[in-house]
Amino acid sequence: MHIPDGYLSPSTCAALYVCSASGWYAALKRIKGRLHTRTIPLVSVFAAFAFVVMMFNVPLPGGTTGHAVGVTVAAIVLGPWGSILAISIALAIQALFFGDGGITTLGANCFNMAVVGSFVAYAVYQAVATRSARTSRRRIFAAGIAGYAAINASALLAAIEFGIQPTFFHDAHGAPLYAPYPLHVAIPAMMLGHLTFAGLAEAAISAGMISYLQKADIGLLGGIKDFPDVRQALSAPAAVSSQGRLWGVVATLMLLTPLGILAAGTAWGEWSAADYAKSERRAQIEASSDRNAAPPAPPAGMKQLSTVWTAPFPNYAPRFIRSAAFGYVMSAMFGVGILLLASLLFKSLLVHSPSGKGPSRVST
Amino acid sequence: MNGYSFIQSTMQGFARAFAKALQSEQAASENGLLQALDPRVRVVGILMMVISVIMCRRLEIIAAMLMLAVVIAVLSRVSMASLAKRVWLVVLGFTGLIALPALFLTPGEPLFAVPWAHAVISVQGLKAAALLVLRVETAATLTTVLVLCTQWAHILKALRSMRLPAEIVTMLAMTHRYIFLLIETANQMFESRQSRTVGTLDGSEQRKMTARTAGVLLGKSIALSHEVYLAMLSRGFHGEVYLLTDFRLHAADYVAITIFAVASGMAIWVGR
Repeated sequence: MHIPDGYLSPSTCAALYVCSASGWYAALKRIKGRLHTRTIPLVSVFAAFAFVVMMFNVPLPGGTTGHAVGVTVAAIVLGPWGSILAISIALAIQALFFGDGGITTLGANCFNMAVVGSFVAYAVYQAVATRSARTSRRRIFAAGIAGYAAINASALLAAIEFGIQPTFFHDAHGAPLYAPYPLHVAIPAMMLGHLTFAGLAEAAISAGMISYLQKADIGLLGGIKDFPDVRQALSAPAAVSSQGRLWGVVATLMLLTPLGILAAGTAWGEWSAADYAKSERRAQIEASSDRNAAPPAPPAGMKQLSTVWTAPFPNYAPRFIRSAAFGYVMSAMFGVGILLLASLLFKSLLVHSPSGKGPSRVST
Repeated sequence: MNGYSFIQSTMQGFARAFAKALQSEQAASENGLLQALDPRVRVVGILMMVISVIMCRRLEIIAAMLMLAVVIAVLSRVSMASLAKRVWLVVLGFTGLIALPALFLTPGEPLFAVPWAHAVISVQGLKAAALLVLRVETAATLTTVLVLCTQWAHILKALRSMRLPAEIVTMLAMTHRYIFLLIETANQMFESRQSRTVGTLDGSEQRKMTARTAGVLLGKSIALSHEVYLAMLSRGFHGEVYLLTDFRLHAADYVAITIFAVASGMAIWVGR
């Protein structure tokens, strides 16, 4: 099913590169969003695993053998998005390093096997396995059916890509320029081999692996979210949501600030120099200070310093706002904004963000 | 097929992969034409030639590109025997077999009637089959020459300089590295199983054995990915990837890329 260079026209190759690139972009964004730093080693090693599994000769009924792609197990364990990346990487190395499959047709091969194969395998597996227990035999059956369906869906796509070539790409005398067989020849010819051998190889390896994992390593059947270290990585979104909750609390507290003006008098010790001259305030100071009378005049130092700095919002309310409650909320918002700006400035000074032009920081 | 031959054929496949990798390492270290060029020029130049071969519609132009590919291979000290064994015979066997029925199935002007088969070869069928085989041979020759003459790390750096995302390049590099480790692991598992196999395994047992081996390999791969991840974290990995691309173009590289571009452009223009 690895289409070599020369079987498909340049425009077909370009269109399928665009389709695959969309899948790669979406997959990379999704899986990076879920796994962040764990993505690269997990997908890379899984791609290496898929590559090696593609080399396994799977014995088939009748004494022959076939090769599996490994897309079904990848879709079950990594999910469809992770599977797209892992199988695409394996196919790219086959094409670029081992010369199996073309370079111009890499987009087509990835679209057929990695993108469509992963989604078909995942959808069929989920549909057949439904919510059965991980140890259920139904899951073995589901994996087998999913593998068979995925490989045949990929083969059908490849057959269609072959089959449209002579219709659209031929010379003035009708000679096909690329794959020479029309759809009514290409589809049966391609599907015969896949419905009988390649599909069975993928079904056998998928069902057999799920059966083995049920006995030996059932945790892998729960998908990447159940890997112990990935579970830790997945706590990142939870941290984001708790940060969201924190913002909610801050907003609520800001809205509740008018409650502060319901409290009678001035907080103990927060008196101004002018309060010492007001009899009403003096009585409050005395009442809140265990009946100790306030001095007749403000302390000299306090009087001197009170003129050094005048608050922009005295008593938490700007002068131009008449409603005390609204003034309190405005002051709270202003204060929170100042604190946030200060925090960001402090962070930017202390934490040096990596610059893209620096030397290699990561050695894998 | 008994259990022995089935395991044996898988292990032979592993050995072939190692042999290919070794062959690439050896050829890449030769002092040849392509090896002397900047890897970016090699990758871009050969890629341009492959695209031109795919776009070209005339047999003689594709044949000329094949000759050019052979000249490049000779000047790059690539063994013709290995090229014939690795590319030409394989392509002829596979694509030739696929193209053969096109001689008879493609409708068109009759060229030759095969008396004992009651079949007619058409002009269009002959051209279609020849175009397919020649095009695949030429593209595969060019790709193989590039792969043989360029270290994998240089191909990756060249891809990175062509704006391929750093994450993808890193994944390609890591996958390539661990492929050989996992092949070795799988090989040892098969060897171990083979040494303990007495008599003939039936088909069902063979399939179970293959699936179990793949299952063990999966478990080991996941564990390996965790170890790699921890090692990366210990070296300060925080999700960002940076790669060095310290290539410098010289006068010969500019000349070479010009020749590649002219040859490809002419092939597309003349062969349209």
